[in-house]
Amino acid sequence: MIEARELTKRYGDKLAVDGLTFTVSPATVTGFLGPNGAGKSTTMRMILGLDAPTSGSVLVNGKPYRAHTAPLREVGALLEARSIHPGRSAYNHLLALARTSGIHRSRVDEVIEAVGLSGVARRRAGKFSLGMGQRLGIATALLGDPRTVILDEPLNGLDTDGIRWVRALLQSLAAEGRTVFVSSHLMSEMALTAQHLIVIGKGRLIADTGVAEFVRAGSRSVVRVRTTHPDALAARLSGPDVEVSFDRDETLTVSGLTTDQIGMAAGAAGITLLELTAQQASLEEVFINLTRDAAEYRANTVGATS
Amino acid sequence: MTNVILPPYRGEQHLSQVRVIRSEWTKLRSLPSTIWCLLTTVVLVVGVGLAYTTLRVARPPADPTTFDAVSVSLAGVQLAQFAIGVLGMLFITGEYTTASIRVSLAAVPGRLPMLWGKAVAFGLTTVVVSVPAVLASFVAGQSILSAKDLDIGLGEPGVVRAVLGSALFLTAVGLLGLGLGALLRNTAGGISALFGLLFAPQLVLGLLPESVSDAAYRYLPTPAGAAVSSVHQDPLALGPWAGFALFCLYTAIVLGLAAWQLRRRDA
Repeated sequence: MIEARELTKRYGDKLAVDGLTFTVSPATVTGFLGPNGAGKSTTMRMILGLDAPTSGSVLVNGKPYRAHTAPLREVGALLEARSIHPGRSAYNHLLALARTSGIHRSRVDEVIEAVGLSGVARRRAGKFSLGMGQRLGIATALLGDPRTVILDEPLNGLDTDGIRWVRALLQSLAAEGRTVFVSSHLMSEMALTAQHLIVIGKGRLIADTGVAEFVRAGSRSVVRVRTTHPDALAARLSGPDVEVSFDRDETLTVSGLTTDQIGMAAGAAGITLLELTAQQASLEEVFINLTRDAAEYRANTVGATS
Repeated sequence: MTNVILPPYRGEQHLSQVRVIRSEWTKLRSLPSTIWCLLTTVVLVVGVGLAYTTLRVARPPADPTTFDAVSVSLAGVQLAQFAIGVLGMLFITGEYTTASIRVSLAAVPGRLPMLWGKAVAFGLTTVVVSVPAVLASFVAGQSILSAKDLDIGLGEPGVVRAVLGSALFLTAVGLLGLGLGALLRNTAGGISALFGLLFAPQLVLGLLPESVSDAAYRYLPTPAGAAVSSVHQDPLALGPWAGFALFCLYTAIVLGLAAWQLRRRDA
């Protein structure tokens, strides 16, 4: 369980995280979504006590992270792939970490085995690929059998097999009752990985909702119409909740009306339709639209106060 | 690959200072660069000591009573201190450059146990390596000096103190490097600061009037720390243990500042 309350981080005059309040619940995979630079990594570092919040607070499993006496049992984290000295082997990296809490040597072998690094664990980590670095980061996160798992962009640099593997892992960790908090800047990744979403843009909370609800709330269905007389049809369709835009050639994009309504209106006016297609906004579009709104809102408020 | 088989871990796990020291020892011994730096230190102590001793035997002093057979045989310590200082520094700046410091501090969220763990693990390692090195350099040096009857025995007053004191001085310089690295978080800056601290004060003092420089000289880090490693007392320097204590105080101040910054600053 992670509870952030009005979490804020300021670097100089830049507000990286701006009053974030959210709760990450156990037994579910929660996606932490936002464009690059939205403040995801900063938030994760504050959860782990690596960066001190300018104001606000964050608790992990009921306490500030620093107050835990068995930290690796409480939280396992992957912050950056390849956060390892290139001259040290993956095995010794994990062993040094295990030693801090008296975790047994055999556990190091177990996590190495589980992430599929057995073949390279005794070699210097300097030559690791990004994918191997991610696996080592996941091994690091799982070392203490933690109740809460925090992974920053764990799918970066993985191939299709690796992505599928991480997804299965996250599902099983959540099924065991753990809190799983995973960041990504790609909506498409999170749609298949997470059940719950916390979306931020420019350090602010945009959405805290289930994946399905997020898509339903954010998507606006539009209809593409190609016709011989776009101007005449546009005039016919205009109404209070209807938005019509002219695309290239003879194509209109209409929102606020169904295909049935448009077809009937065209028939009544004797206008020939060449194409009539309903289009569902993709997850990526929903996400981009939402985060763009946040960016504009921020720009406007800054303009208003200065 | 799709199946992740990871059994639960049921063993006890809790942080403790002793465990963090063991962790830091694991980090120290698992880097090839540590082995190379320690080897360099030994080679500098013994090799430079022998070379300088041979040189001095070829040109014997006019007045043998001012000849310090211990200092001559331990001349290599003056160079080895930089190797050990840099190693102490890399022990922590290496974690900042590779971002593994965040992994370390997430495992030890109180942070200070990590710095003390590094200091203890590194300090003990340095003592274990440098004591045999200075003893070997002393014994070999004296056998060369005996050709001209310039040698001194371990039983003579102040000799054991000077030999073992040199090993302690090396350890203190290593810890100073560690402290500067922790404070500045950057290898290049840390090395500049280390060389600056050990060399620059003497240069600055040389520009001042003699009455001031003679009074202040004894309090500078290098003259204070070096007093413990010679049998003949430099009239301008502090006594051997007083000087060494002052050098340790400087090191403690740097480590204290580093600890304060480590708690205060974002990782």
